Amino acid sequence: MSNPVDREYEQLRISGLHAFYGESHILHGINIVVRRGELVTLLGRNGAGRSTTLKAIMNMVGKRTGSIMINGTDTLSCAPHQIARLGVGYCPEHRGIFASLNVQENLTLPPVVRSGGMGLEEIYNMFPNLYERRFSQGSKLSGGEQQMLAMARILRTGANMLLLDEITEGLAPVIVQKLGEVLMKLKAKGLTIILVEQNFHFAAPLADRHYVMEHGQIVEEISADELEAKQSLLNNYLGV
Amino acid sequence: MDMILGVPIAVLAGQLLLGVINGAFYALLSLGLAVIFGLLKIINFAHGALYMLGALTTVVMFDAFGVNYWVSLFLAPILVGFVGVLIEYFLLRRIAHEDHIYSLLLTFGVALVIQGVLTNIYGVSGLRYSMPDVFRGGVNLGFMFLPYYRAWVIVIALLVCFGTWFMIEKTKLGSYLRAGTEDSQLMQGFGINVPLLVSLTYGFGVMLAAFAGVLAAPIYSVSPVMGGNLLIVVFAVVVIGGMGSIAGAVITGLLMGVIEGFTKVFYPEGASAVIFLVMVIVLLIRPSGLFGKEA
Ligand SMILES: Nc1ncnc2c1ncn2[C@@H]1O[C@H](COP(=O)(O)OP(=O)(O)O)[C@@H](O)[C@H]1O
Ligand SMILES: [Mg+2]
Repeated sequence: MSNPVDREYEQLRISGLHAFYGESHILHGINIVVRRGELVTLLGRNGAGRSTTLKAIMNMVGKRTGSIMINGTDTLSCAPHQIARLGVGYCPEHRGIFASLNVQENLTLPPVVRSGGMGLEEIYNMFPNLYERRFSQGSKLSGGEQQMLAMARILRTGANMLLLDEITEGLAPVIVQKLGEVLMKLKAKGLTIILVEQNFHFAAPLADRHYVMEHGQIVEEISADELEAKQSLLNNYLGV
Repeated sequence: MDMILGVPIAVLAGQLLLGVINGAFYALLSLGLAVIFGLLKIINFAHGALYMLGALTTVVMFDAFGVNYWVSLFLAPILVGFVGVLIEYFLLRRIAHEDHIYSLLLTFGVALVIQGVLTNIYGVSGLRYSMPDVFRGGVNLGFMFLPYYRAWVIVIALLVCFGTWFMIEKTKLGSYLRAGTEDSQLMQGFGINVPLLVSLTYGFGVMLAAFAGVLAAPIYSVSPVMGGNLLIVVFAVVVIGGMGSIAGAVITGLLMGVIEGFTKVFYPEGASAVIFLVMVIVLLIRPSGLFGKEA
């Protein structure tokens, strides 16, 4: 279980990716490489195409061209459920908690896609609130509880590459801090994480690298140790 | 003789019983429609034709191979359900990404084709099917005579409805259906084979229709056109109940049968129109239906 993580292994390689919703052309030739165990962020202003990039990886947009390699296999012709079974766990922007399912049903809905996922007990230890509310309907949860559930849900499946879309959005500082701790633990376990984030102060201490997006393109790649030098450039892109 | 509101109790109870029986059929059929609508988001206009196929299969299997009622009760829904899976796989799936109006029209076309072909073969006059001997006769309840077969229809239809409700609301498989009803794309993103689930769900909804068809064979006239008239009433039931709820479909079905029965007693001329009258009133007051979620 504690095999050292091969940090050179390319878990994800996106090349020349174009993506469309119907007629609208959203992504214009994206290139991204993520190695195993890395935590990479997608930064950018609203509408830059960060969520669309995650959805395109999941084959949840309209047409796609280019190539998306996951663990060395091209997934452009794979259906979403086949992509999930390659070990990809997706946490959508609006959390996607099913209102008609209770907490435990939500939690156990996604099938286990790889061995090595967390057991229910381990998950309830990490998120004690969810245990207390395990028989509550999804519609009855607070925003923070929903976000915890959305995270917990993909940890149970054994997915080793997580796509997380704005998980801190609209949450109280204590919950944001809790999510930061969770991400640290997952990173320590060797999971590969792609994080779309508005809250740069949340993302900065966690991330190994940042991709900055604008108008459906990657305009800058910044590694953690370049961050200080490129801070003003970054602020410019993010409009802060 | 005892009277209520100037009507003999026996007459009232008799009509009520007929109402509950009709209601049981409405419940089974609108339940199937609700299950299909939940995941596929289409109103299955082929539902009446598939109900008819269940009844016709029962009659034809008996005439040709001597297949008895009890075997038909399982075999006909399985065969017709398989036809449903084929319809989904070869037709509905091809246009699932288009506007749902096309799928709806396609199911309507499928119904016309099935009905047309079978009318050519069997005509429209109605085939005879006699009920199993155990169901002959009935029991005198004192205030009314209850034929055994009618009692059986009510009990088994309610059991199947309850079983379906339980499966959807209380089991793991049902949680897939509920989640898929909310957001099938996200479900698929979690690794669940949604296309397969869609095929099986359509097949299951169709099985419910065919099961109702088998139940109908001994008491209603079996012919290729038997589904058409019934379906119009069932659509009204679905509109009244609202599409959102499994339990709602069942309850509304039974309720409308009973209301129809009562109307037959007190104002027979209005019996065939009363459900549509209720539909109009519900649409005016609560457009999403009695059990539907407010938009
Ligand atoms: N379902 C959709 N249909 C059409 N256009 C969309 C859809 N979702 C997003 N877009 C458009 O795609 C662009 C990128 O959106 P998105 O990826 O959500 O940006 P971000 O997550 O960076 O804020 C925006 O211009 C948005 O309007
Ligand atoms: Mg977004």
